[in-house]
Amino acid sequence: MTMKVGTRQVDGVTIVDASGRITLGEGSVILRDTVRDLLSKGNKKIVLNLAEVNYIDSSGIGELVSAFTTTKNQGGELKLLNLTKKVNDLLQITKLYTVFDVKDDEAAAVKSFK
Amino acid sequence: MGLRLSPPPGRILVFTSFMAMTEQRVSYTLDSSLETIDSAEEKATRIATELGFGEDEVMQISMAVREGAVNAVLHGNAYAADKKVTLAFERIGNELVITIRDQGKGMDLSKIPNPLAPENLLKTSGRGIFLMRSFMDVVEIRPSSTGTELKLIKHVHGPTAGGKEASQ
Repeated sequence: MTMKVGTRQVDGVTIVDASGRITLGEGSVILRDTVRDLLSKGNKKIVLNLAEVNYIDSSGIGELVSAFTTTKNQGGELKLLNLTKKVNDLLQITKLYTVFDVKDDEAAAVKSFK
Repeated sequence: MGLRLSPPPGRILVFTSFMAMTEQRVSYTLDSSLETIDSAEEKATRIATELGFGEDEVMQISMAVREGAVNAVLHGNAYAADKKVTLAFERIGNELVITIRDQGKGMDLSKIPNPLAPENLLKTSGRGIFLMRSFMDVVEIRPSSTGTELKLIKHVHGPTAGGKEASQ
């Protein structure tokens, strides 16, 4: 299953609902293009909802890091929401879990932006 | 001595009896393309499932193979059309041994940074070998000027382990 994304606005925060696989090739490119597009339009409060993302490889992990740092470098914030166990485990073993701001409740995630 | 099956490039070898022998080998010669990476992962998933690995272990094996294939296609062969990736699965006793070879220039293992070091945490690449080592029981990397050989080993804990031969 390839990756699909949809975006919606909640109280000034952009929620990116992703599903499928974030892997080398199409999945990583879709994520990169989506975040860049949001930032270029001034949407700098981003929540990446990964509830339906069932697989990420090392390239996908790199793309999450890239999205996080690119957003931060432009004065924004990117948070992760609803990690599946597999993605959660991957972020734990790569020690990235503490780097990202990870939320498990959408309303709380939206409120957490300054 | 295990059975060696080498299909021509691009051909998918269908086999249904990997579990039926305590020693068996199947190998594939694949192009240096993105499709090879997905294909290698799919093959690993199928074979690991056949061998009776649990869902989490199948995921670990398929991901390790995917990362190995990424390294072979991207970093080894650099997508070169004239270079191939060979992928082999062997059941040896109670081990699944997976070998991935490329035809690249080799790699300097000493230059691979530790992805867990604080200064490397925000790097966007360099986690492939770390993930393989996290998911497999043994990871051996043998670089040379004519290519790199990667060996991934996972101990079989399923019902076919322990030298018990299934009926054919």
